[in-house]
Amino acid sequence: MAIFPLPLADLLGHWGSYVVYAAIGVAFGMTLESAGFGNSKLLAAQFYFKDMRVFKVMFTAIIVAMTLIFLTSALGLLDYNLVWVPPTYLWPGIVGGLIMGVGFIIGGFCPGTSLVGLATGKIDAFMFVFGVLFGIYMFGETVSSFATFFDSSNMGRFTLPELFNASYGVVVLSIVVVALLLFVVAEKVEGMINGRPQPGLPVWTKPAAGALVALAAVVLVIGQPSSEDRWQVVAAESQARLDERAVQISSAEFIKYRDDSKIKIIPLDVREERYYNQFHLRGAVHVPLDRVQEKARELQFEPANTVFVTISNDEAAATEAWKILKAESVPNAYILDGGINGWLKSYAGDSVAEGDKVYNREEDQLAYKFNAATGSRHPAAEPAPDFLNLKYEPKIILELKRAPTSGGCG
Amino acid sequence: MSQVSNAKPYMNPYLAGTLLGIVLFLAFFITGSGLGASGGLNRLLVYVQNEVNPEHIDQVAYLLKMAGGNSNPLDSWIVFLTIGTVFGGLISGLIGRRMKFETNKGPQISNGSRWIMAFIGGALMGYGARLARGCTSGQALSGGAVLSVGSWAFMFAVFAGAYALAYFFRKAWN
Repeated sequence: MAIFPLPLADLLGHWGSYVVYAAIGVAFGMTLESAGFGNSKLLAAQFYFKDMRVFKVMFTAIIVAMTLIFLTSALGLLDYNLVWVPPTYLWPGIVGGLIMGVGFIIGGFCPGTSLVGLATGKIDAFMFVFGVLFGIYMFGETVSSFATFFDSSNMGRFTLPELFNASYGVVVLSIVVVALLLFVVAEKVEGMINGRPQPGLPVWTKPAAGALVALAAVVLVIGQPSSEDRWQVVAAESQARLDERAVQISSAEFIKYRDDSKIKIIPLDVREERYYNQFHLRGAVHVPLDRVQEKARELQFEPANTVFVTISNDEAAATEAWKILKAESVPNAYILDGGINGWLKSYAGDSVAEGDKVYNREEDQLAYKFNAATGSRHPAAEPAPDFLNLKYEPKIILELKRAPTSGGCG
Repeated sequence: MSQVSNAKPYMNPYLAGTLLGIVLFLAFFITGSGLGASGGLNRLLVYVQNEVNPEHIDQVAYLLKMAGGNSNPLDSWIVFLTIGTVFGGLISGLIGRRMKFETNKGPQISNGSRWIMAFIGGALMGYGARLARGCTSGQALSGGAVLSVGSWAFMFAVFAGAYALAYFFRKAWN
């Protein structure tokens, strides 16, 4: 598994990790202030095309950070799956963005820049920060009246390469090139609006721009690690755990955690749809094997106390699904020992007749015939054995979650 | 407070942007999270609300997430990032001799008008930032760098909103 991002709370402890965040904050504040972002008049000049500093600083930062993020990911140093990608709530985001744009031109700051304005004694920044606090307060008081809109158009972790169906390298290189072209345009526009030739750019800008394009091209050439590449990294350790049967949990352990309110158990049924329709466990989510990788990104959003259990008729497909989850860095993934067939054998009792048994079946096929799509209405879908008498070898050990569950605005 | 005439000029925007990009990259590389600002202010506000009127927190689902029961709204990395940001601004302002009590505005409006506008603009920003689940730092900058579709849509919306109304507020700034 890629070493970065670091499990900070593990390494430094809960409060120790906060020192790192504070240090990052100091660097953030220093760069914002040096860029002139403590000065509202300079920020607002962006919208009169007089000084397009906001655009230049922001887009330079985005293309530099983006290129480095996807370069380190391509090199296997950074695990992109463990990086916080703000989930897309399209329409609340757009409406909120428009409101913020209006706030920007009236107030002259955005929340981050107002903090460095405040730190350097700008009185308008003080007033702005009070305004922000008031706006946040008003939001908390009113959000319940439009909760449906606030939670609408949720597309989860959704990235531009997924939208355009292009590789990450293509998107990264395109954004770098477009941003650099827009910088040239911005320089020209500033010259026209201010009616005088702009001072020339520092000599280092052209080689720096060339270097960034070259790095973005490297990202394109190397490509992002595929699920197979990612599996190779964890294969040795994970295959050993599979062979020791350390991750195949018994149905009894599954039932115990299903009834435990401190643990959220998500059964992932990876079988074909017909099997799922015939019989599945109560609460099982149907994710066919070819969709597990796509689903894995979404599963990162689940809270830290979530345990994922892959389920197939026997264990073959469930094991494949488990490998994908492992490769995609999904924490706390397990396999249901014996699969659905084992489950039915333990809990179906008289509800499946002897005559329904399928003999000479192939691996990972259902061992019983179902004449109707009973789904989770079947009595064995949610058996309630006396949990005090459940005997099993405990295997679930909750791992600390490395992926952040909220971004900088949570 | 030193005179503004001694103040060092601001950094070249492309250099500042490169440094900001490296800071943003390191934030993602080391912690997995990007940068942010409104989240820290949000939690500060919820902390104060919880001290003043804890019953109210327990009635609003949105606030309950941060301060319900025994959870301390200030026990979050984003709060420490925000405190660091203020200190970073202070350090850089001192080094650049740009510390000065002043109100930045266009020459055609009074300080009082500017302060009222700053408050109204801030309120809109705060409201919009919660609705959009992030501000310019957390959504546009951080989400933009990791290629979130919503963050890019958000970014265009912010610029669109500001450019659309810039004409009507030209007297405040020019």
